[in-house]
Amino acid sequence: MSISFNLNGKPAVTDAAPARRLAHVLREDLGFTGTKIGCDAGDCGACTVLLDGEQVCSCLVPVAQVADRDVTTVEGLASADGRLSELQQAFHEYGAAQCGICTPGMLMAAADMFKHNATPSDDQIMDAMGGVLCRCTGYNKIVDAVKHVVQPNGVDFVSPDAGGAMGARTLKTDGIQKVDGTELFGADVAPADALWARTIRSPHHSATFTLGDFDDLYKKWPGLERVFTAADVPGNNGYGIYPEIKDQPAFADGQVRFKGETVVALVGTHEAVYGIRDEDVPINYELREPLFGFAGLDDGAHQMHDANPGNILAHGYVKKGEAKSAMETADVVVEDSFVTGFVEHGYIEPEAGWAQRVGDRLEITVSTQAPYMDRDEVAQIIGIPNESVRIIPTACGGGFGGKLDLGVHPVIGVAAWVLNKPVRCTWTRIESMAASTKRHPSRITARYGCTKDGDLVAYDMSGDFNTGAYVSWGLTVKDRVPVHATGPYYVPHVEAATRAVFANETPAGAFRGFGIPQAAIAHDTLMDMMADEIGMDILEFRLRNAIRKGQDTATGQVLEYSAGLDQCLVALREPWQKARAAAEKFNAESDGVTRRGVGLGCMWYGCGNTSLSNPSTMHVGIAADGTVTLYSGAQDIGQGTNTTMMQVAADGLGIRMDQMELVWGDTDKTADAGKSSASRQAYVSGRAAMEAGQDLRGQILRLANVGDDASIEFGEGRLTVTEGDAVRVIDLSDLSDDKLHGNVLVGEATFDPPATPLDDMGQGNPYGTYGFGAQVAEVEVDVDLGTVKVLHVWAAHDVGAAINPTQVEGQVHGGVAQGLGLALMEEYLPGRTENLHDYLIPTFGDVPPIDVYLIEDPEPTGPYGAKGIGEPALIPTPPAIFGAIHHATGVRMKQAPATPDRVRAAILAAQGEK
Amino acid sequence: MSSYLRPTELDEALQALAAGDRIIVAGGTDFYPARVGKPVDEDILDVTAIDGLRRIEPRGDHFHIGATATWTDLIRADLPDWFRAMKQAAREVGGVQIQNAGTIIGNICNASPAADGVPGLVALDASVVLGSVSGEREVPITEFVLGNRKTARKPDEMVLGLNIPVCGTDAKSAFLKLGARKYLVISIVMVSAVLEKAADGTVERLRIAVGSCSEVAKRLTALEADLVGKPADGGLAALVTEDHIAPLSPIGDVRGSAEYRSDAALTLVRRAIAELTE
Repeated sequence: MSISFNLNGKPAVTDAAPARRLAHVLREDLGFTGTKIGCDAGDCGACTVLLDGEQVCSCLVPVAQVADRDVTTVEGLASADGRLSELQQAFHEYGAAQCGICTPGMLMAAADMFKHNATPSDDQIMDAMGGVLCRCTGYNKIVDAVKHVVQPNGVDFVSPDAGGAMGARTLKTDGIQKVDGTELFGADVAPADALWARTIRSPHHSATFTLGDFDDLYKKWPGLERVFTAADVPGNNGYGIYPEIKDQPAFADGQVRFKGETVVALVGTHEAVYGIRDEDVPINYELREPLFGFAGLDDGAHQMHDANPGNILAHGYVKKGEAKSAMETADVVVEDSFVTGFVEHGYIEPEAGWAQRVGDRLEITVSTQAPYMDRDEVAQIIGIPNESVRIIPTACGGGFGGKLDLGVHPVIGVAAWVLNKPVRCTWTRIESMAASTKRHPSRITARYGCTKDGDLVAYDMSGDFNTGAYVSWGLTVKDRVPVHATGPYYVPHVEAATRAVFANETPAGAFRGFGIPQAAIAHDTLMDMMADEIGMDILEFRLRNAIRKGQDTATGQVLEYSAGLDQCLVALREPWQKARAAAEKFNAESDGVTRRGVGLGCMWYGCGNTSLSNPSTMHVGIAADGTVTLYSGAQDIGQGTNTTMMQVAADGLGIRMDQMELVWGDTDKTADAGKSSASRQAYVSGRAAMEAGQDLRGQILRLANVGDDASIEFGEGRLTVTEGDAVRVIDLSDLSDDKLHGNVLVGEATFDPPATPLDDMGQGNPYGTYGFGAQVAEVEVDVDLGTVKVLHVWAAHDVGAAINPTQVEGQVHGGVAQGLGLALMEEYLPGRTENLHDYLIPTFGDVPPIDVYLIEDPEPTGPYGAKGIGEPALIPTPPAIFGAIHHATGVRMKQAPATPDRVRAAILAAQGEK
Repeated sequence: MSSYLRPTELDEALQALAAGDRIIVAGGTDFYPARVGKPVDEDILDVTAIDGLRRIEPRGDHFHIGATATWTDLIRADLPDWFRAMKQAAREVGGVQIQNAGTIIGNICNASPAADGVPGLVALDASVVLGSVSGEREVPITEFVLGNRKTARKPDEMVLGLNIPVCGTDAKSAFLKLGARKYLVISIVMVSAVLEKAADGTVERLRIAVGSCSEVAKRLTALEADLVGKPADGGLAALVTEDHIAPLSPIGDVRGSAEYRSDAALTLVRRAIAELTE
């Protein structure tokens, strides 16, 4: 029986099963993919639509219930002629959409609110929109955009002139599709005839297994095309991000090492692969005692990988001077231990994509952070040359490190290759959480020593990092942590040792900061403790020790340029002093139950891969018709790389940004610009994009036989070059169009940041530049309940030069929000918190107003002075919050997250000691 | 092939239940989250089209909440002041999306220990009206919600609504929910309380229920009895002792330890009373 309803004011009919979720009917049956699915459980709000004008989660509505009713989706917000609504335009202008996956839900929730309340207060905005989660923006710019609709504030966004894009608040080049519902993410692009793949995952943390006979499944489910197993992998049944280590099986082969590991994949019709229950797939498990946490280090623990005795993946080490003996000369030595747990990326877009075999090539269209790495990984799984794989990235609905490792690729790649049919896959939220990588849990013990005058003497730390069942990015974490272990301070003597340890838990990989956020909790809590011991202001103590140009790091790298921590701290001095005084006044007048505190955190972070070559190559071409195109392989994961690359390339060439086209991501059309990780795209790819533009400009000037100061006017089919009174016209159709992608002229540039290997003592120059930052957090603690509310954050970050201040602010806001989550609420427990209602990420009401101070100490190797900000923004937030809790209560939190029960327990323990 | 029935008449619904097992679906806010990535292949009875089941209205000595009334319906309903706690609970159920679709009756039928609606209904001595082809019966909510995901509903019955006895005109109620974030949060502890004062300003009747600290939200009857007759003023909250909380049997889980729950319950009970005696 068909169901009729009104969809965006027009009649719609569906023959879908009445119990089918409205969201699925809209997306899969009717093609309205503007409505996004983040969880299918009402936890994230991405699928919010209006039903008879009221917001509902369309993932929870049986389509039977919309019969004869009005459904409005994001596609229904713009006017019939495509003009954006005021709300959409405000989202676009304010940078309220970063990756854009939550944006349709946000817009619909706001639209519902405006139907009931034309002049909402901030609290009413948050109450109305609180059912939608955003992982990118920290909500600040969303609230600003909604408030702009209530009360326009006159901000004017103009397209910059030629040469003026750098530093301008340009609108996102891909911003409109993020607010009008046309942006295409990993789950939005598969052809209608694609088969579906569903992974059957290990329900056990550790087991051996045998596969049974699938004949009964095939008989019962004619739509089941094939069950894929390890035996079906044409090439190497293993992957991993390091060229020499491919330890994670595409399909488990006889044993599973974590709950959620891929065992087999069902491929067939949607009805079949989602109709089959996991328990009906014959897999016989023999359970083993799982190793959790650091149990793999215990005597007698079973060995998880033959290559790694004692379950230790690797050691990391940095030694400068003689920290242990120098520590004895310090006037004050503080020591403590710190613990953190698994943290989930929580991007609102679960992993998704589709694959097809095209002759001897395989094409995978997928949400990713790393097109070229994906390409090479998939190629060796299929057993074909790298060039035979094409990765076509979709818009990425958040990554934060979690979409660097392969997701759906192995299953859809193998299935499409073997079946020679298109195959699609979208992970459920539960799968995404169970199977994707996590932040490494850590346990760190550290000692910091200083003189009574406040000069740092020595730092000595050791830390273990749980890398889970497979290597993933474990080697990077064990190396990055000792390099950054001291924090952004000049320390004469340093010894820092790390181990990456295997466990029967979710692989720990890359997550915004690669271990540095964990290390920062240790170093900056100890900094607070030293300052208290010697009676020095916490900020002034850090300012005294802030590493400056001319000083050397723990690896002996002398900083020559762009080391702006001191400027960050100076910028924060006033808010710090005011907030500290206000908190102390509040506490003096308080009843003792509600107490406020203000804390400070500092960070540094090397931009680019540690001691490794990590080049980016960019092209800017001009075609015979005059079309100028930037070919950028720097994947935009919501952070805005599509826009920033255009800005620096346009300025390099000297063209108006809106006169230039962008081709992005596709490995057949763009050169390798590395991964969107390590805060490297603005710095490394940005430099390449700027130089590619400059290279093309140079070629044009040489063609015109004019000097560097000449100006170029870009016209249809021709260029007009002016130098003083001389004017030369280049007719582009006179030039041969045999250059890259059919262009007549192509500028090219490659940039690989200067870095040198680390020796056995961890000495060397691991990065071309470092980002610096400091944040002040003000909190309110309910002493009787242990709840912590962050009231305000002031964040100062040295970004070298802000390519686009709106986007830099957005990165800072989002980093603070994730740091807040790490500090207060986020802990992934395998098998227990595999959804977004047991695993908590900050909501509208949890992220405070954030004041951003952009410090620009230019980095000469970066594009127009710029360096990275993606990861730096998260790092100082947890220690700032922990410091604020201490200021409020006198209690030092040494375990993240500082959940209400842990804070309360610490307060009770402290009271017991008194 | 599973069957999906969406009748407009109650009789049709009850007859369908008499004919065989069906899952009853209204707002879908608990039904679908339990089936992420899994087949939806049960026989379903969708009750949302049944005429007359969505009312929230006074009926003589009690108020009635119909089977398909949503949290938003409750928030918007014109109700006496002592419904404040229930309205507050409604505002803290999920986001507005969930409040617009989810029903109060669904919340009690789902019988989660952390059900936001249950403490308030327990404190108000609500009773549950069940119907089947053989007739109706009414049971106190404490005899309806029997345990974690367990109710007294028989397979051929559907819950038709809730009856809430009228409180004194100056009765006041309070609801406090403790969670680890602001929105979309499952409670660690919830407290709902209703205070009715005697003419002399003492406690005539005080009802307090605590949620998330036992399989089913629990009334603290010893505490209630101890406080009757005491002045309902700023000193009342201080009379709550740890012993009063002892009947609770919290468990430790991802949201908090058992010890923490007991400790927080004591604080929240005191605060709820303080709020009512301000």
